[in-house]
Amino acid sequence: MTTPDGQQNAAAASGDTALGENASEGTGGYDGEAATLSTALEARTAFSGDRSAVSVGEYFQAYRNRIRGGDLGALPALAGLVVLVVVFAALRWSTFTSASNFANLLTQAASITVLAMGVGFVLLLGEIDLSAGVIGGVGASISAQLIDKQGMPWWVTVIIAVAVGLAMGVLTGFLVTIVGIPSFVVTLAFFLAWQGVLLAIASEGGSIPDTNPVIFGLTHSSVSLLWSWVIVIAAIVVWAAYVAVTAQRRARQGLAQPPLTVQLLKVGGVGLLAVLATAALSINRALIGKPDQGIPWIVPIVGVLLVIWTFVQSRTQFGRFVYAVGGNKEAARRAGIRVPRIIIACFVISSGMAVFSGIIEGSRIGSVTASSGTGNQLLFAVAAAVIGGTSLFGGRGKARDAIIGGLVIALIPNGLGLITDSSVWTYIITGAVLLLAASVDAITRRRRASSGR
Amino acid sequence: MTSTQEPILELRGVNKSFGAVQVLHDVHLALYPGQVTALVGDNGAGKSTLVKCIAGIHQIDNGDYLFNGSPVHVTGPRDAAGLGIEIVYQDLALCDNLDIVQNMFLGREMKSGVVLDEAHMENRAKETLASLSVRTVSSVRQLVSSLSGGQRQTVAIAKAVLWNSKVVMLDEPTAALGVAQTRQVLDLVRRLADNGLAVMLISHNMNDVKEVSDRITPLYLGRVAADVAAADVTTGQIVELITTGRSGDIGLSRALAQESA
Ligand SMILES: Nc1ncnc2c1ncn2[C@@H]1O[C@H](COP(=O)(O)OP(=O)(O)O)[C@@H](O)[C@H]1O
Ligand SMILES: [Mg+2]
Repeated sequence: MTTPDGQQNAAAASGDTALGENASEGTGGYDGEAATLSTALEARTAFSGDRSAVSVGEYFQAYRNRIRGGDLGALPALAGLVVLVVVFAALRWSTFTSASNFANLLTQAASITVLAMGVGFVLLLGEIDLSAGVIGGVGASISAQLIDKQGMPWWVTVIIAVAVGLAMGVLTGFLVTIVGIPSFVVTLAFFLAWQGVLLAIASEGGSIPDTNPVIFGLTHSSVSLLWSWVIVIAAIVVWAAYVAVTAQRRARQGLAQPPLTVQLLKVGGVGLLAVLATAALSINRALIGKPDQGIPWIVPIVGVLLVIWTFVQSRTQFGRFVYAVGGNKEAARRAGIRVPRIIIACFVISSGMAVFSGIIEGSRIGSVTASSGTGNQLLFAVAAAVIGGTSLFGGRGKARDAIIGGLVIALIPNGLGLITDSSVWTYIITGAVLLLAASVDAITRRRRASSGR
Repeated sequence: MTSTQEPILELRGVNKSFGAVQVLHDVHLALYPGQVTALVGDNGAGKSTLVKCIAGIHQIDNGDYLFNGSPVHVTGPRDAAGLGIEIVYQDLALCDNLDIVQNMFLGREMKSGVVLDEAHMENRAKETLASLSVRTVSSVRQLVSSLSGGQRQTVAIAKAVLWNSKVVMLDEPTAALGVAQTRQVLDLVRRLADNGLAVMLISHNMNDVKEVSDRITPLYLGRVAADVAAADVTTGQIVELITTGRSGDIGLSRALAQESA
């Protein structure tokens, strides 16, 4: 600060009282001004929400206020998830709650979830990527073709496919930022154009079998029982330790945070669900022959992606820039953020993740065809992100939204498939759920805007 | 008063056109440490354009831009920030979806390694707000969307002084505020100057201008009509300078004022 010494000290001294527990005593005022009634009142409220010790009661009070103010977070999606599970369990108890159906559900959700995580970055900007599904198809066909025809190691083909996806993302980002074409139009054009490329690779009507045991195994084989439990327990312990250590550090620095009990309850709750899920997946799913049990491989892989992207979004400067550009592009520009770079990077992330998603879907189906990723895949992924709580207006959303929304999207056909052979209701209900989620988004957004002023 | 000091920021003979339209004509401007200089003028006089030229958002066509007495080239917001020039824009330019701390540090986040150093930023934000006697926000982790107009203005100003800034320019900071909030912001503006910063205040309200500023620079159709000590002119004279470019023997020459109009 450029303040003369005396003033700075005075400010620091009264600043301390204002931030401390006894904020109401900090009425000494600045610059020798006499304390007035209004400054006394203000001093009491100053940073009152930032005290390091917040009781559980106060926390829930603040949480209620946030929800009233339109900050619902994952609440609606979680409620929807619970409703769907209860309804399907009630209607088809034996089949819906079977271990094999549960494992099915997870593998069905995986590719949409991964696609939604990547597209989520573009949605955070308030842009759209309609080409991601087809890019996934192109990536998957490249990988499958290189394995099938060239006999390349699977991991080399994955690297090549992802590299192609990244390049496609750069191209999209370039056209959106430098040339200035709306992302809707650019990605619609690529949605069509890349289908031609996919057709050229997969050849008309042809299908490339997924012959690689590793890639096929992503969605068809499971982590051994022992390792399943080791992974789950270790993940919960590491998470709890991280929460506790972070809480301690923030407390030492005098910073506000949710009470540790609440945080640990959250870890405990999610942990308990994970343990129950692992228990369910420990049941043998094979009807005859070799036992089929443990967590499907794809689940821990999606978990790792979730951790990586959550970290990028919430802990890195790049993540902060993405939210800033999505919130107010002009403010971001004036803050010195190189907005075009951020936009290009998000399209690159979207395309890269799309290739992973395409490979996962190829693994689940067992082959890649000229129509892979050209159907509703992308629309489902966007729906998943929105249902999970990502705003189509930009600036709001998290990687975890893709998980919650992806599960909802996968649950609908999974549950209805056990009730009827017809897809009629699957489409109608999925559309209705998306509309509901988008309405929640639009309404809470209005609410947030009006609750401030 | 510190009027004997050298100006920290000075413009000499600056011109700026948008296409065929010349918005700024031969502008001379000087900002002094510890002083509030009010830039006044009618709508469309070119006040915001002048601020944006100083901020590096627009490039000046020709003329001299001096900082601490030496000529500088400001070609973008980063250059201006590097010199210690901070701008509080008329439209504030805050991200509603980010909280107060995140907005104050936007683009200049503190990091340890690749990880954002939230603790450091949060404490610095609190210190800065406290040093500006800002006591009305209950949490620096509130989203900006939940703040009132006055609080948003406060955050924008606090953001500007967070960095070792030397010059702070505020474009109509009280235009959208109520009486009490205007009071707070004006107090804040005065305090910035008392803390040794050079402050440029753009305002339409003559009472505010008379009350808080040391010098007044009326801009008339893109020309600086005068540069006078606030104590030496009446409100009526300022209004005359704003509307006609001259008042008695101060202001543009009669010929120039009429030519401009
Ligand atoms: N980017 C621009 N392109 C073209 N003309 C502009 C631009 N910005 C401002 N102007 C013009 O410059 C003149 C001065 O505008 P401005 O600086 O915003 O005035 P003030 O802030 O004093 O009300 C106006 O006539 C406006 O139309
Ligand atoms: Mg203006």
